[in-house]
Amino acid sequence: MASNSSSAQQRLRIIAGHLQKRPEDENASVAAQECKAEAPRSEPSSATPVPKRRQEIMKWNGWGYSDSRFLFNKKGQAEFTGKRYRLSGLILPSLKDWFEATFGANLQHKSPATPSLNLSAVAPPNLNEPFVEDLKAAGLAMSHDPEDRVFRAHGHCLHEIFALREGRIGRVPDMVVWPSCHNDVEKIVELACKHDVCLIPYGGGTSVSSALECPREETRSIVSLDTSQMNRILWIDEKNLTAHLEAGIIGQDLERQLNEHGYCTGHEPDSMEFSSLGGWVATRASGMKKNIYGNIEELVVHIKMVTPRGVIEKSCLGPRMSTGPDIHHFILGSEGTLGVVTEVTLKIRPIPEYQKYGSVVFPNFQQGVACLREVARQRCAPASIRLMDNEQFQFGHALKPQVSTIFTSFLDGLKKFYITKFKGFDPHHLCVATLLFEGDRGKVLQHEKQVYDIAAKFGGLAAGEDNGQRGYMLTFVIAYLRDLGMDYYVIGESFETSVPWDRVLDLCRNVKERIVRECKERGVQFPPLSTCRVTQTYDAGACVYFYFAFNYRGLSDPVHVYEQVEHAAREEILANGGSLSHHHGVGKLRKEWMKESVSGVGLGMLKSVKEYVDPQNIFGNRNLL
Amino acid sequence: MASRALYSPRHPVLKKRDDFEDVLEERRRSSDLRYALRCYTPTLYKGLVPCKASMLKTIVLQSDHLQYVIKQVSSESGDSTECVAEEASLILDEMAQRLQLSIVRFFAFTLSKAFKRLFRSVCVNEEGIQRLQQAVQEHPVVLLPSHRSYMDFLMMSYLLYMYDLPLPVIAAGMDFMSMKFVGEMLRMSGAFFIRRSFGSDKLYWAVFSEYVKTMLRNGYAPIEFFLEGTRSRTCKSLTPKTGLLNIVMEPFFKGELFDVNLVPVSISYERILEESLYARELLGVPKPKESTSGLLKARRVLSEDYGSMHVYFGHPVSVRSLAEGKINRSQYNLLPRYIPQKPSVDTHEFLNDAAFRLVRIQEENMVLKPWVLIATLLLQNPDGLDLSSLTEQTDWLRHLALAFGAFLDWPDHEACSEVVSCSLALHRHLLSVSAGHVQLSVTDAPQVETTPEEAVFHRAVIVLSCASYRNQILHVFLRPALLAVAIQSANSNRKDDVYNCFNFLRNMFSNEFILCPGDSVQDFEEACYLLMKRGVLQVLEHEIVMSASGHSTLAFLCSVLDPFLQGYQVVCHYLCEETNENLTEKEFIPAVRSFALKLILAGRLKCYEALSSDLQKNVLAALLRLKAVRKVKVGDQVTLKVNKIAVNSLEDTLGGKIPTQKPILARL
Repeated sequence: MASNSSSAQQRLRIIAGHLQKRPEDENASVAAQECKAEAPRSEPSSATPVPKRRQEIMKWNGWGYSDSRFLFNKKGQAEFTGKRYRLSGLILPSLKDWFEATFGANLQHKSPATPSLNLSAVAPPNLNEPFVEDLKAAGLAMSHDPEDRVFRAHGHCLHEIFALREGRIGRVPDMVVWPSCHNDVEKIVELACKHDVCLIPYGGGTSVSSALECPREETRSIVSLDTSQMNRILWIDEKNLTAHLEAGIIGQDLERQLNEHGYCTGHEPDSMEFSSLGGWVATRASGMKKNIYGNIEELVVHIKMVTPRGVIEKSCLGPRMSTGPDIHHFILGSEGTLGVVTEVTLKIRPIPEYQKYGSVVFPNFQQGVACLREVARQRCAPASIRLMDNEQFQFGHALKPQVSTIFTSFLDGLKKFYITKFKGFDPHHLCVATLLFEGDRGKVLQHEKQVYDIAAKFGGLAAGEDNGQRGYMLTFVIAYLRDLGMDYYVIGESFETSVPWDRVLDLCRNVKERIVRECKERGVQFPPLSTCRVTQTYDAGACVYFYFAFNYRGLSDPVHVYEQVEHAAREEILANGGSLSHHHGVGKLRKEWMKESVSGVGLGMLKSVKEYVDPQNIFGNRNLL
Repeated sequence: MASRALYSPRHPVLKKRDDFEDVLEERRRSSDLRYALRCYTPTLYKGLVPCKASMLKTIVLQSDHLQYVIKQVSSESGDSTECVAEEASLILDEMAQRLQLSIVRFFAFTLSKAFKRLFRSVCVNEEGIQRLQQAVQEHPVVLLPSHRSYMDFLMMSYLLYMYDLPLPVIAAGMDFMSMKFVGEMLRMSGAFFIRRSFGSDKLYWAVFSEYVKTMLRNGYAPIEFFLEGTRSRTCKSLTPKTGLLNIVMEPFFKGELFDVNLVPVSISYERILEESLYARELLGVPKPKESTSGLLKARRVLSEDYGSMHVYFGHPVSVRSLAEGKINRSQYNLLPRYIPQKPSVDTHEFLNDAAFRLVRIQEENMVLKPWVLIATLLLQNPDGLDLSSLTEQTDWLRHLALAFGAFLDWPDHEACSEVVSCSLALHRHLLSVSAGHVQLSVTDAPQVETTPEEAVFHRAVIVLSCASYRNQILHVFLRPALLAVAIQSANSNRKDDVYNCFNFLRNMFSNEFILCPGDSVQDFEEACYLLMKRGVLQVLEHEIVMSASGHSTLAFLCSVLDPFLQGYQVVCHYLCEETNENLTEKEFIPAVRSFALKLILAGRLKCYEALSSDLQKNVLAALLRLKAVRKVKVGDQVTLKVNKIAVNSLEDTLGGKIPTQKPILARL
């Protein structure tokens, strides 16, 4: 053990020294990048990864990179195109069967998207000429190109993407402006106030709460403020382990650049390939590895935000203060209603020496939840621990790439035999927890043993690293999979909540059943996919994540049905003691429940802040309140 | 599956009901023994957590809820927690059922024999059984049978066994347990025993509610209990109790179950086994204590003919759809769920409303035999009727009842006279038929000369027995009858005045009959609708006009309610005229009874039903509710303080002496 840890330290130094090079030792891979897209090696890390014309590398009517998508090839096999992901270029032999069996879908019945944006469908921009003139005079980058505007008119809610696929374009911003630093933002906000235009901050565009939708009732010129060009690391303070960052930087670039210095933030929300630091702050984001690094509110040390009243920030970088209510908490979760976050100081950590995936199979979901609860009670949760229910486990299995040898397929068969026949697990009830450990090697191994010992008490069997890693992969490709589903009459989405431990099981069961029942009552012809996972653990409760999808053949207004079911599911969540949102935010989608959630007085407090900070409603996206 | 029909507008006439099958037919053809020993594989709840009765006990005793209450009780009483836990364990032992298939098989055998002797047929709606089979798989089920006889729960278990449905666990009163062997036998066939009153005993309540909830949550077995709380001695549905209903709904409110299916079951008897027993009890002869020897003596009943019996399994009612928009479940979010919580005002109102509606469903699905019509007519004609006239009127009444939506079991293709004489034969012990004249009378007249009091008593037994049949159809006529009386006493054609009168009566009688709270407008409209459809009334925008042909119907409807109007007046009269300051609650019933007896003996009262303790209790409850009488606790006695002015004015209004006026209403 001792030699292990000293060699570990040595390796850490080596890693810090040879930033570009990935360690040879396959066990010591540096970060949880395995599942995510990797930027081409050749690209210098200082280059801007998000171009102003995003549509050049990203889909205008779906998730992610244009070159990466699922499709069923001529043989009817699913494959994932492109080169960016581990899954890229691989055949997924069991996905078709799973897809057809789960949704009653058929590869013959296609519902393809409109191939390209019909520019004539985009309303001409309603420009505020004096404002435009002043911007020009200030030398700020801007555009009123329809493609640019359409791209920034939506997040990734089902109804938003569905409309785009059908070529329906609603109200879009009238122009886009790209500030490149804090001062630019100050200038823009000042001009917006002067000319009374509506500003909607735009970060990564991954919102799933209708937060980016332009309010229909807005008559002023709407300007989308795209922060993507504010993406620099301004400084790294190794003494205090902090980094000062521009808020437009997106997750994967931030991690990659910090890694080059031997550090990381450890903040890894599922959307980190595309979502931005400013967006995390504005929605109170949560990262997969929050057990080690904390959620965004625990990571920020300092925030600078430009509001119509001026700049709000604290005067020092003290780690904690007792200076009245924390003003950061007016900013965290303000969802673009108060101003633009321009710069953030975040805590950073040295890159962990060692990382290991793992998984545990439980005979049923109840046992799994009991195990997670015990892990939380003992406060020994690994960097990430997630419990997928049976349906999601099967979903994960359908994403297994083609096995290369007879031997591996034989091994798989043997494993299955061991678990189902020898251990007597019912394949229709068993569920799996996926684990990610991080830290120095010795401690990770020790930690791993501790967790597996607890799991054993709840009937859990260790089920290998592979299963664990595939589980995490699911979260990065799920949005791509939705696009595949939409090609074949299947629509769906995910939503989340947080809930006290003692209500987790009841909430999961009731919400899943409510979804099934509502679908049936609303004429959905096939049983829906209604599945959940416990995705974060806390001392006093857990975060639960639901996937919900169904085959909409035979429905005249599938999106409306979808929205009604999601609405019912949210009501069910609230009735079962769940919160309105754990990390997706409220946006406009969940606004109607805000009063109920935070009380009338609470809502009034928020409103009075808005009234003081932005009396003209310049930040007029109408989220939250 | 579970219907939302509970809140749909009622159009009783259009109601479609299922057909019946006689389950005894098969029993008469094949071996009972083989039947009792056959393979029993009930359909099970999809979320069943398999567990044995003994496991159940451990789960209950270790539940967070019970542990919490044990600690609470221990800190309040100063006893050690072990001691309180021991007490809880004893309570549970006393309470718990121990379902055993062998005992069930024994019952299946003996009850087959018994039922075949007692009943000509036992008819069950098999569609209802199929619905139940579905419901049982989907969600935990609560069976809510009506309660008219001891037979009820035996019959329920018997039928469920017969149809391969899971056997229910049944909430039974503690009085059964004192019967040697039989108590234990019932326990082993699924009964669990609860004390009749345990008011503020926290520990008892906790054990009891946790026991029921655990069985429900685990899908251990359908829970069966009687909404009415006890057997109705009058065959009128009783005002439902909400305690147990709250217990079985709470797991849904608290999110522990997705849903619970409530299945109202209506059990009706052509002739009730306890018929004369009930009448005597209502007249103050104490109820015989349940005892095994008593049961053996009751073997005599086996030699009699009790006609047919009908069991109607209603549509399952989903608690979830009942509560939709009425219960805000997030009110349970801020307190750990194991901490017992009194139902909020809203919840209480909801429970009460749901309970009433469920009892209404029971009523509406209750099968009525022709005798019920005949009994109604005979009671209205104390001097008797000619057979031919009786037949004619029965036929008329039959059509009226059908038009009002009665669930009448009238034999097809049989002449009315045939049906009438058949019914008379079955109930011959209540009547005398001589020279074509039918009359209610004491048939096995005592040999020795009787005192006038005894004669009244014997007569009253017959009248109350007969009334228990008429009461079965009251729910059909109730609303139109209230309207008929309201029209008569309103002395006005104005719709408002009639409605005020109607509302007054409805309010007055809401302890007597099942009248859903808050439904007075619907009830009024339903009554108007029915009478209009019969051509009795014309309901205009502001006026209600009687049609010439409607008089006989209105007169009939008025006399349906007449015994109650008179009975209520007698009690009010007593309270105004005869009471002193110190009438205790205990003395109330005997005192009213002897007062009414005096009136009857003096020939000033013809209404024997005023002697019924049930009616007297209901009047008292109504007066307490209307605050015309107050209970005052003096020492360990509860005395009744009567507001004589208020009671007097109620009496006058009931008697139609003065039209219902605003001041009275305002006070109500």
